[in-house]
Amino acid sequence: MPAVLENISSLLETAPATPAYLPAWFATRQQAAWQRFLATPAPKRGDETWRFSSIKQLDFSSFRKAPAAGVNDLIARSTGLEAPAAKLIFVNDELVHVESHLPEGVICLPLAEALVSHSDLVQAHFMKQETRLGSAKFAALHEASLTNGLFVHVSDKTEVEGTIEIHHWIAGENTVIFPHTLVVTGKSSKVRVVDIFRSAEDIQPGLAIAFNDLCAGQNSKLDYVAIQAFNEVTRVIQINETATFRDASATSLLLNTGASWARNESLSRLEGPGSRSDMLSVSIPAHEQEYDQRTFQHHVSEGAYSDLLYKNSLYDESRTIFSGLIFVDEGAHHTDAYQTCRNLLMSDTCEANSMPGLEINADQVKCSHGSTSSQISDEEIFYLRARGIPPVNARQLIARGFSVDVLERLKNDEIEELVLRFIDEKFAHIASFVA
Amino acid sequence: MSYDTTDVLDHETREAIDIDRTKGDFTFPERNKFDAGRGLTAATIDYISDVKNDPDWVREFRHKALKTFEEKPMPTNWATKDLENINFDEIRYYLSDGEKPKRSWDDVPADVLETFERLGIPQQERAFLAGVEAQFDSEAAYSNVKEELTKQGVIFVNSTEGLKEHEEIFRPYFGKVIPTGDNKFSALNSAVFSGGSFIYIPKGLKLKQPLQAYFRINSENFGQFERTLIIADEGAELMYMEGCTAPKFETATLHSAVVELVALKGAKIQYVTVQNWSSNVFNLVTKRGLAMEDAEVRWIDCNIGSRLTMKYPGVIMKGKRARGEVISIALANTGQHQDTGAKMIHAADDTTSNVVSKSISVGEGRSTYRGQVHIPKHLKGCKNNTECDALLINSNSRTDTYPAITVKGNRHATQHEASVSQVSDDMLFYMQQRGLSEGQAMSLAVNGFINDLVREFPMEYSVELKRLIDLEMEGSVG
Repeated sequence: MPAVLENISSLLETAPATPAYLPAWFATRQQAAWQRFLATPAPKRGDETWRFSSIKQLDFSSFRKAPAAGVNDLIARSTGLEAPAAKLIFVNDELVHVESHLPEGVICLPLAEALVSHSDLVQAHFMKQETRLGSAKFAALHEASLTNGLFVHVSDKTEVEGTIEIHHWIAGENTVIFPHTLVVTGKSSKVRVVDIFRSAEDIQPGLAIAFNDLCAGQNSKLDYVAIQAFNEVTRVIQINETATFRDASATSLLLNTGASWARNESLSRLEGPGSRSDMLSVSIPAHEQEYDQRTFQHHVSEGAYSDLLYKNSLYDESRTIFSGLIFVDEGAHHTDAYQTCRNLLMSDTCEANSMPGLEINADQVKCSHGSTSSQISDEEIFYLRARGIPPVNARQLIARGFSVDVLERLKNDEIEELVLRFIDEKFAHIASFVA
Repeated sequence: MSYDTTDVLDHETREAIDIDRTKGDFTFPERNKFDAGRGLTAATIDYISDVKNDPDWVREFRHKALKTFEEKPMPTNWATKDLENINFDEIRYYLSDGEKPKRSWDDVPADVLETFERLGIPQQERAFLAGVEAQFDSEAAYSNVKEELTKQGVIFVNSTEGLKEHEEIFRPYFGKVIPTGDNKFSALNSAVFSGGSFIYIPKGLKLKQPLQAYFRINSENFGQFERTLIIADEGAELMYMEGCTAPKFETATLHSAVVELVALKGAKIQYVTVQNWSSNVFNLVTKRGLAMEDAEVRWIDCNIGSRLTMKYPGVIMKGKRARGEVISIALANTGQHQDTGAKMIHAADDTTSNVVSKSISVGEGRSTYRGQVHIPKHLKGCKNNTECDALLINSNSRTDTYPAITVKGNRHATQHEASVSQVSDDMLFYMQQRGLSEGQAMSLAVNGFINDLVREFPMEYSVELKRLIDLEMEGSVG
C-alpha cells in the first residue's frame, strides 16, 4: 500500500500532507516535524557542528518530489547479492519490487504498510533519538516529508541467515527522496540489512535526505551496511542512529563513493551493559566531492564497548571532514571506547579535516582516539614496482588494501565482496580519468 | 571505584609534600596613584594613554582595539558559558603607583619587595637567572638584566619602555603575530595593555641562563593585561620563564595577556610558564610564536591554578624547516576548568610540530584539550605529531578533547592520539602491597603519569611543579 504522491510542489514550500489512511499519531508527528523544520534556523558558518562544512550545499530550493519513473530498467539494474533473504526496490521512495524468503517471526514491510498493520510497534521505535549532530532541521524535514521506507522487526530468538537487501533509486532531474529504514531486533535475534543508494542517470542532480534507525534488543546482533553510490551531482544528508541494549551488538558500515556532497551523521547510543557498537566507514572521494562525517558514541550505560574506524582515501580536489565524539555520561563507568580516523592523501590538492573528540564524565574508563593523515610512502610503491606492478596500479592496490582493512571487520565474505564491487567501480572510475 | 573519600594523607606523605598552601594568598593595602576606575569606555583608554604618555600611534591602536572588542561576541558558541560571568563593567583596568620600574630591589617599595621576597623571586634571580621583571598589578615594579648582557645588546624591559625607547625594533613586530582582532580577549588586551616584557636578543647570542617575569595581582576586581614581545634575532637563543600568582578574593579577577614571540632565522625561543593563579582568576591568554627559517619556538606550559584558563599557545612556522612545539601539563581541581591546547600553523615546507599534552582532573575539576593543526596547499614535507593523555582521579571529574586537524595535499604526515584513563585498581593494589598508603600510591602514579613532561621544565621549576601537583592532590585521594 505505497503512499501516492499527489502533491508535487517544491520541497520547501508546502507542508506535506499525510495520507488519511495512516494512523493519527503519525500525521500529528509529521505536522509537528514540519513546524519544527520551519522554526529551526538553517546551519550557518561558525556553527561548531558545521565547522569546515560547505554550507552553500544546503540550498535545496530547486528540488521536488517526483513519481517513480523508468521502473523496469531500474529493477533490472538492481543487482546486489547472489541470494538475498529479501530484496526490495524503491524508486523515488515508491516501492516497485519485492521478493522475500524470510523466516517466520520477521516483519519486513514498507513503512507505509507497517504504519497501518503494526502501528504500535513502529511508534515505539520510530525516530526516537534526538538528532544532535547538526542536522536537526533536516531530520525534521525528513520526518515531515517521508512517504515510505522499510520497517524490519525480528522477533525474539529469530535469526535471519541471509541478508535483507534494499535498493533506493533517484530518478529524474532535481528529484528529492526521503529513504527511511527502521530495523528492530528482539531478544537473542539476528539480522543483517544492506541499503544501496543510486541514481538512475549520471548527470541529473538529485537530493536524498535519508534516515536509518537501528535498535538492537537484548543479546541480539544487528549488522547494517549503507552503500552510497549516487551520481556525482547528487547531494545527500544521511542520518544513522543506533541504540544497543544489554549484551547486544550492532555493526554499521557506511561506504561513500558517490554524491557531490554527502553529510553523514552517525549516532550510536549504548543503552545497556555489555552492549557493543562498531561504527565503520570507507569513503573514496575524488574530483571535487566532499564528504562531511559527524559521529557520536554516546555511552549511557556502564560497561559498554564502542569502536569506530573511518578510513578515507582522497583523490583530486576532494575534501573530507571528520568530527567524532566519544561522550561518556556520568555513571557510565567501565566504558571502553575507541575512535580512529585515517586519511590517505592521494593527491596534492585534496584536503582532510579531522576533529576527533572526547567528553568523559565518568571514571574507570578506557577511551582513546586517534587520527592520521598521510600519503603512500615511496618505499611501498618501490616494493610493488620491484614486483613489476606499474605505479598507478600500485597506488590503487594500496588504497584498496587500506579500505579492505575496514570491510574485514564485518566478518562476512558475501557482504565484503558486495561492498568491494562498489569500491572497485569507484577505483575504475578514478583510473579512467587518470588515463 | 572512585576516590572521593575524605581520608587525609598519612604523616609521612604529608611531610614529603609539605608546602605552604598560603604562599600566594596574601595581599597588601592598595597604594595606587593612578586608577582608571571601573568599566571600559573610550575615556578609560584615554586615561591609560595619558598616564602612560603613549605616542599617538599607540593611543589610536588602543581605540581601534576597543571597537573590535565591543563588536566581537563572547566565544561561548564553543567555549564554556562561565565566560558570561565576567562583568566587564566592574573590572578595574589600570592600577599603578606611577613609579618607573626599579633596577635594584633596594629601590622597590617595601610591601612590593616583601611580596616578591615571599614568592622567592630575588633569591631565584641570584641563583640562576640572567634577568628578572616583576610586575605588580598593571606595571613592572622591578626590571633588571645582568650587566654583561646589556653590554652585549640584550634588551629586557617592560613593554612601555620597549615601545618608547626601542620603537624601531618594537613596532614592526608589535601586534603582527597576534593581530588585535584575533579574538575578543586579544582585542581587550590591545585596548588596555600595560606591563609585560619586551625582550630583544641580538644576532647569534645564546643566553645560558633564563630570563624570568613574575606577574602578581594584588588588587581586588582587577584586570591584568600585560603585553609581551620577545624577538630573538638570527641564531640567538633564550629561555624565558614566567610565573603568576594572585591572592584569593571574593570576586572574580581577570588576567588577559597577549604574548608574541618572534624567532628569526635559526633562532630558538623556549617559553616556560607555571601558572598558579588563585581559583577566582579568569586566565584568558593569547600566546603565539613566529618561527622563521630553521628557527624553533617551544612552549612549555603548566596550568595549575585559576577558575578558568583558556590558553592555546601557537606557533606559525613561516620559514622552511621551522619547528614548533607545545609541551603542557594541566591540573584541574574542583571549581576549575583548564581549557588549554595548542595551535600549529604550518606555513612553509619541511616544517615540523609536536604537541604533547597531559591533564589530570581531580575532584570536580574539568580539563579540556583544544587543538588546531593547519597544513595548507602547495607545501611539502610538513609533519605534526600530537599526543594528549588525560587522567581522571575522581568519579565527578571530567575531561574533554577537541582537536581540529586540516591537511591539504599529499606530501605531509600528521598524527593525533588521545587517551583517557584512570589509575588502575591493580596498580594501586600492587603499590599498596609494597607498603605504600593509598594516598602515596596515587601520588606516585600521578607523578609517574606526568614525569616525562616535568623533565622538560628547568630543574628549579620541575621540583616546585611536582610539589604543587602533590599539594593539589592532597585530600583528593584516599
